[in-house]
Amino acid sequence: MEKTIVAKTGNEAMAEAMRQINPDVCAAYPISPATEILQIFAGFVHDGKVKTNLIAVESEHSAMSASMGSAAAGARTMTATSSQGLMLMHEVLFIAAGMRLPIVMADVNRAVSAPINIHCDHSDTMAQVNSGWIQIFSENSQEAYDTMIQAVRIAEHKDVMLPTMVTTDGFIISHGMERLEMYPDAEVTKFIGDYKGPYNVLDIKNPITAGSIVLTDYYLEFRKANRVAMANAKQVILDVGREFGKVFGREYGLIDTYKCEDADFIVVCMGSTAGTTKSVVDELRAEGVKAGLLKIRVYRPFPAQEIAAALGKAKAVAVLDRAESLSNQAGPVATEIKSGLFDAGVRVPFASYIYGLGGREIFKEDIRKVYTDLKNLAEGKAVIETAKYIGLKE
Amino acid sequence: MVVNATGCMEVTTTIFPFSTWKVPFLHNAFENAAATISGVEGAYQSLKKQGKIAENIKFVAFGGDGGTYDIGLQSLSGAMERGHDMMYVCYNNQAYMNTGVQRSSATPRGAHTTTAPAGKVIAGKQQQAKDLTEIMAAHRIPYVAQTIVGNWPDATKKFEKAFSIPGPKFVNIYTPCIPGWGYDSTSTVKMSKMAAETCMWPCYEVENGKYKITYNPGANKKPVTEFLKTQVRFKHLLKDEAVIAEIQKATDDKWNWLLMMEAATNKA
Repeated sequence: MEKTIVAKTGNEAMAEAMRQINPDVCAAYPISPATEILQIFAGFVHDGKVKTNLIAVESEHSAMSASMGSAAAGARTMTATSSQGLMLMHEVLFIAAGMRLPIVMADVNRAVSAPINIHCDHSDTMAQVNSGWIQIFSENSQEAYDTMIQAVRIAEHKDVMLPTMVTTDGFIISHGMERLEMYPDAEVTKFIGDYKGPYNVLDIKNPITAGSIVLTDYYLEFRKANRVAMANAKQVILDVGREFGKVFGREYGLIDTYKCEDADFIVVCMGSTAGTTKSVVDELRAEGVKAGLLKIRVYRPFPAQEIAAALGKAKAVAVLDRAESLSNQAGPVATEIKSGLFDAGVRVPFASYIYGLGGREIFKEDIRKVYTDLKNLAEGKAVIETAKYIGLKE
Repeated sequence: MVVNATGCMEVTTTIFPFSTWKVPFLHNAFENAAATISGVEGAYQSLKKQGKIAENIKFVAFGGDGGTYDIGLQSLSGAMERGHDMMYVCYNNQAYMNTGVQRSSATPRGAHTTTAPAGKVIAGKQQQAKDLTEIMAAHRIPYVAQTIVGNWPDATKKFEKAFSIPGPKFVNIYTPCIPGWGYDSTSTVKMSKMAAETCMWPCYEVENGKYKITYNPGANKKPVTEFLKTQVRFKHLLKDEAVIAEIQKATDDKWNWLLMMEAATNKA
């Protein structure tokens, strides 16, 4: 397969993926830092490069409402948003998932108001973890591009039929220019196949009622069906990731481990910080420290067992959260991992950190310090406060 | 193809696993029927263009005054501005009836509701109803109309006309609510007719900017008290001459304005 090597930002990469996916409908509303995805895609629509009907709605609530209507009408449907936009969609995200509509959304992670801030953290996406959407994080533009393509297959798989959001880190990835390997349009078309939705409200010969009121007698069974779909998604994500590897040469899973096999100290993080952490791991390895990185790619469904298995043999583990849960516990990722470790019977010295809120920079030295903390923790020389802030102005 | 906002109609016709509907029906949430149908219609346009759909399908969204005048106004305005080929029908019973008679922006001046009750100090709703039909007309869409459930020929003519016109259409149909208004259950037709006869709810249409009054009581135009005195929601008002006069004036002003608009927009 002839790949094209180009320089693209995360937003450009996601818009290119959308062009190649060529959805029937895109209903979207611009918001920083995701605006470019819509702008670039609108260019594709107006230049006739895609067949998509672009519905330029008046809000994100309507973007998700129209997406829901479109997907229920047998159309492959995509959208893009960020932060406050995702928050405004919140109500309809649950409806899209409950109605099993395989909408694919590009979601650029950005801090949530107040205070208003346009820079990266994961608060917006973390606020939707219980919505029933599949959530996949990207470390760089390439992963974002590749995952958008895979997301179509995952969302539309008959055992899944769940909406899927693919995230990048606002500005860091969305506006960062990187090397991108693009695949031929025809190969992407072939990989994703034709759209087959769960039902179709445009089938006037076989009229259905969708969005019924379901009372005490059946509501629980509907929720259970969503749970089963989310459980099924795990295998489907692995299968699609493996097939993607065979076709396009880059395989994907639920988590990525980097030098974890023999690691004494493992840092867990998501998104762009994984790249920075890999560089620190390499430096520490050169200095003889057995450092490792566990990157969570798929946050919903949550790969609890896989994470517990990868962390089980470490001397100490740190989780870096790019969101606050304000629960007086650790951040959302750390709390979730602790729950998984408990179920797996793993007890490991554990530290949790919160970093990068509102785009606060994280440097290699900060991550180095985390590994030092872990060494001290494992040796009983230090107690690390829960949800310790990195880079806080004291 | 029908999209329905959350409300009485939706909850009474779709109790799972049953359904009243013989046509495709989709319910999303309370405030987004217009946005939802714009997605369905958008999908239809896309698939039709691609040759994946052969049939010609008409789209109609239903919402109450709560889902239309208030929480769904932005969604409605957006869909109308975008020009989707759809009809939006507002079943206007002048309050949030499904949740138990709370005030809406369609509730008329003085009416008792559970969130603007006829109290000892404040007697019912203090504000006038929003004129949504005119807001829709201001979107310069091809067809906007007001009608009543009690005038079947007027209503059906308007729905048929709306379905025959491409682009966005809006019909505001006046729909009395027995428990919300407090009247005898045999009088629904009479109630809506009385609203038209007093000109508190004029039947008219705006087609491509041209106003047409479709029911004109002329010399038989009744005073508003004839309408107000029939319903429990206005009972406390009847002795309040100032408020009655205010309601009468607002009614007359709107009626005279409509007569003027009809004359002004139909000049040869």
